Parts: sequence; structure tokens; C-alpha cells
Amino acid sequence: MSDQKKTKRRDFIFTASYTLGAVGVGATVWPLIDQMNPDASERALASTEVDISGIERGQSITVLWRGKPVFIKRRTEEEINKARQVNLKELPDPEKDEDRAKNPEWLVMLGMCTHLGCVPLGNKGEYDGWFCPCHGSHYDTSGRIRKGPAPTNLEIPKYEFISNSTIKIG
Amino acid sequence: MSDNSYTPDSKIGKWFNDRLPLLTLSKHLQDYPTPKNLNYWWTFGGILTFCLITQIVTGLILAMHYVAHADMAFESVEHIMRNVNYGWLIRYVHANGASMFFLAVYIHIFRSLYYGSYKSPREIIWILGMIIYLLMMMAAFMGYVLPWGQMSFWGATVITNLFSAIPLFGESITTWLWGGYAVGNPTLTRFFSLHYLIPFLILGLVVLHIWALHVPGNNNPIGIDLKKPSKDTVPFHPYIVIKDLFALLIFLIIFAFFVFYSPNILGHADNYIEADPMVTPAHIVPEWYLLPFYAILRAVPDKLLGVIAMFAALFVLIILPWLDTSKVRSAIFRPLYKQFYWFLVADVLILGYMGAMPAEGWYLLVARVATAYYFIHFLIILPVLGQKEKTLDVPQSITEPVLGGSANQSLAKEQKK
Repeated sequence: MSDQKKTKRRDFIFTASYTLGAVGVGATVWPLIDQMNPDASERALASTEVDISGIERGQSITVLWRGKPVFIKRRTEEEINKARQVNLKELPDPEKDEDRAKNPEWLVMLGMCTHLGCVPLGNKGEYDGWFCPCHGSHYDTSGRIRKGPAPTNLEIPKYEFISNSTIKIG
Repeated sequence: MSDNSYTPDSKIGKWFNDRLPLLTLSKHLQDYPTPKNLNYWWTFGGILTFCLITQIVTGLILAMHYVAHADMAFESVEHIMRNVNYGWLIRYVHANGASMFFLAVYIHIFRSLYYGSYKSPREIIWILGMIIYLLMMMAAFMGYVLPWGQMSFWGATVITNLFSAIPLFGESITTWLWGGYAVGNPTLTRFFSLHYLIPFLILGLVVLHIWALHVPGNNNPIGIDLKKPSKDTVPFHPYIVIKDLFALLIFLIIFAFFVFYSPNILGHADNYIEADPMVTPAHIVPEWYLLPFYAILRAVPDKLLGVIAMFAALFVLIILPWLDTSKVRSAIFRPLYKQFYWFLVADVLILGYMGAMPAEGWYLLVARVATAYYFIHFLIILPVLGQKEKTLDVPQSITEPVLGGSANQSLAKEQKK
């Protein structure tokens, strides 16, 4: 009886020591791992303001935000209609164009293919939207994936219209 | 082993050896009994050691002149090429050295596949080799990023984005790898740090690889176990040393041809354009030695499955000693395996070619068939072949087919039982 009690006490001490040791190792290793995450200067580049007054209908510009290209496209009526008439069932990643472009004329999205991050080319591909030259993903005029290895639509960043001629991204 | 009782001749040698038995080690390496029928495919271990040392020495020198910063890296490489004394030579040796390293490692791996060197009792040697191969690919990939040209930048983007395919954690992992929200300066500096580290990890693994090799000894073209030392073996020095050196000289002629006559043929012209995060080059290709894996990645139309297939292509190699069920090692005595072996060589070459071509039309179709065959070879053909194949009679010793009888009487009796 007394033997058993002693064993239990040992077990407790071992378990407690291992646990404390593991917590200690974890706490020591974490800074070594976390130092690789974006540093304060990277995180500080959180937003960019872009002047869009010079963009004509059908034109598109690319700006850099957080090191990533962002497409700002002023769409034509035809392109908007094309994007809105699509049957959602046909889409690999169903999303309404109305949800992607708050203002139908302006499409703002990350210019990074959701497959492996290349910059897709504008006015190309089988759906007259974007085409990624790296591995052949086709996006439509709303930046939605239609064909190819990319799993999701081109990502829409957080943005807002500060005035008629300025967009704030981020 | 006989060299355990070795005592140096000189007094000082004995004094030193009693405290640190380096001379015993050196004696062991010199006298090491090696199969006498090793052909020139066995010289690539030595050639690979030479390649590793070359990369370390030239890399050390390049690091003295290179600047790991997104704004300066590209110019510092041009600085090395134009201003540093013999900088062009050292950089071209380092850049082409990577290709020569892979050329040699592929021959070394396919040698092992042909003669069954990965089979029991050499599984650990094989696995260590595969880890070295994996580290080589990582080192080569990170090294290619350092000049910060267009291919550097977009190669880094594509490869790091492979990890974004991981469900749930993908995005946090890529952000962590980049140290930002896209490939940028933090990515470059950490790649430089790791690129410097990996060769020394490889060096350590090479020591283990050779250590593990010296337990059972070399496999040989007829793939039989030898009694060591015996009439079937010769001492490593001078027999194998001289043979390895001769092969190395031939290899160096090819190496020098690339360095002096076509130093850029294995590279990509786009890497002489500085990295631009706004424009992706029209046609991204990795270095030639990664093309078969790249073809497998692109052959699968789904992102996550494509990444899984690519890593699986490596994984089947690691578990190969347990996939190949045949007891006979050398393809010389396996008439069917010999044919499938060459199919596999052709398959990998086709995959390499498809990896360099755009992923569309019939290229994609061929790449898919070749990808499927690659896995069929390892996962279906090899396990089944080991059971079904009628192998030829394996000789008792290296001398037997020539002289009749066995050089190792005890071994001959054992195998007849």
C-alpha cells in the first residue's frame, strides 16, 4: 500500500517536471520561430491611397500594396454585363459579381493568381478577363476562376472610396 | 576489421593515435576492401564529394562580395561579374557547379536503382542519400533566388506558394516563410542565411552516408554479398582512388566546357532582368534538375493534389527499399526489371522535357501519362515484379563466372543451403 503511494508521488513529480520542461522549451523556441513572421516595418505598410482619376473605361492599373500587385480595373458596360449574367452554378468558386465589385464600374483585386502567386495578364484567356501564364488559370471579367489549377477567385482586398478619385487599399 | 589493431610506426604518431585515432581512421579508409568489379558508375560518390567541396569553397568566396538586400543583390552579382578579380570565374563555377552536382547525383541515384544498391542491408545509406538529395534541392532553389533576377523572384514566389495549398494553415505558413505579405527583402535575407547553412548539413550527412556504407561495404555490379577481404576485393587505395581520380578528370573536362564555353546555357536569360514584383515573365521554368517534379506538379489539375503528387514523387523514392520486393539486387540478373528500369529512365526524361514546355494541349496529356507511369512503376510494378519475375542464376562470387568455383568457399556453401 505504502509502496503504491510512493510510486504515484514519483509519477506526479516526473509528469510535472516533463510538463514544465516542455513549457520552458516551447517558450524559448517561440521567439526563434516568430522572428520570421512579418516585422513591425512590414506590418506598418498596411494601407495605400491610389489616385484613380486618370483611368479611362476599359483601362486597368496595377499598384503595389504590401509588396503585392493590386489590379484596379475600370470595367466597360460589356464586361460588367458579362460578369453579371454568368450562372453561378458554372463557377468553381461561386461568388456574385455584385459582391466582388461594390461599384460595378470598379474592380479592385489582388493581382496574384490563387494557384501559385504569379501575376495574371489582363484582357486575356478564354473568358476575356485574366490569364495566368505560369500554369494556365483563366479568370473572367469579375476575376473569378473559370478554368485551370487555381482553386479560388482572385482575392478582393479591403478597400474604400475616399473620394470620387481616390481609393484607399488596406 | 583488421585495422582495429593498427599501430602507427612513429612514436609521435602512436602518441597522437592513442589520444585521437585519426590515423586508424585513415588506415581504415586506405585498406578498405572494395569489390574488384566496380565499374565507372561507381566513381560518382567521389565526384559528388568533389562537387560539394567546390560549391562550399566558391560559395564562401562569393559571400565575401555579395550583398543580401533586395535593392543591392542584383547589382552586387554584376559587381562580382565585372569588378571582382576572377569574380566571373568563381560565379560561373558556382552556378554551373550546381548543375554538375545534380548531373552527378542523378547518375549516382540511377546507378543505385540499376544495381539494387538501396536494398537490404543498405536501406539507411539510401535514405540518407535521399535526405541529401532533398537538401540539395533546397540549397539549389534558395541559391537561385539570391541574384534577385526575374526568375529568382518568380521562382521563389511559385515554390513558396506551394505551401499555401496546405488547408487552414497555408496562408500563415507562406507569410511566415516570406517574413512579409509577398516575397521581398526579408525572404531574400533568410534564404541567404539558409543557403549558407545547408551545404554544411549536407557535409555532415555525407559523413553519415559513408559511415553507413562502410558497415556492409559497397554493393557491386553483380549485387552479391562478398566476404571481406577476399580474392573478390581490392584495397580502396590505390585501386579505387586512381579509378575515381581518372573519372573525376573526365568529369572536370565536361564541367570546364560549361564554365568556359557556355556558362549561361543552363540558366535562364530572364534572370539577367532585375526582379519586378509587378510583372511575371511569360514562361516560368525552374532549373533543369527540378523539371520532372515541376511536370508532376502541373500535370494534376487541382492545386492541393498537385502539390501532394509532387511530394509523393519524392516520398516513393524514400520508401523504395520496401517497395522493391525482389531478393536479387542487380538488374543484370533481372531480365524484366532491366526493361522496366529503362522505361523509368525514359519516363523521367519525358517528364523533364514536359516540365520545360508550356502546360497545355498534348504536352499536358503526355505529362499526365508520364506522371501516372512514374507512380505505377514504384507502387505497382516493383512490388509485383519482385514476386513474379523469374531471375537468372546469381554467381557465388565475382571470380566464379571466370574461374569456376567460389573465391569464398564458406559463402558458397552457405548459399547452396
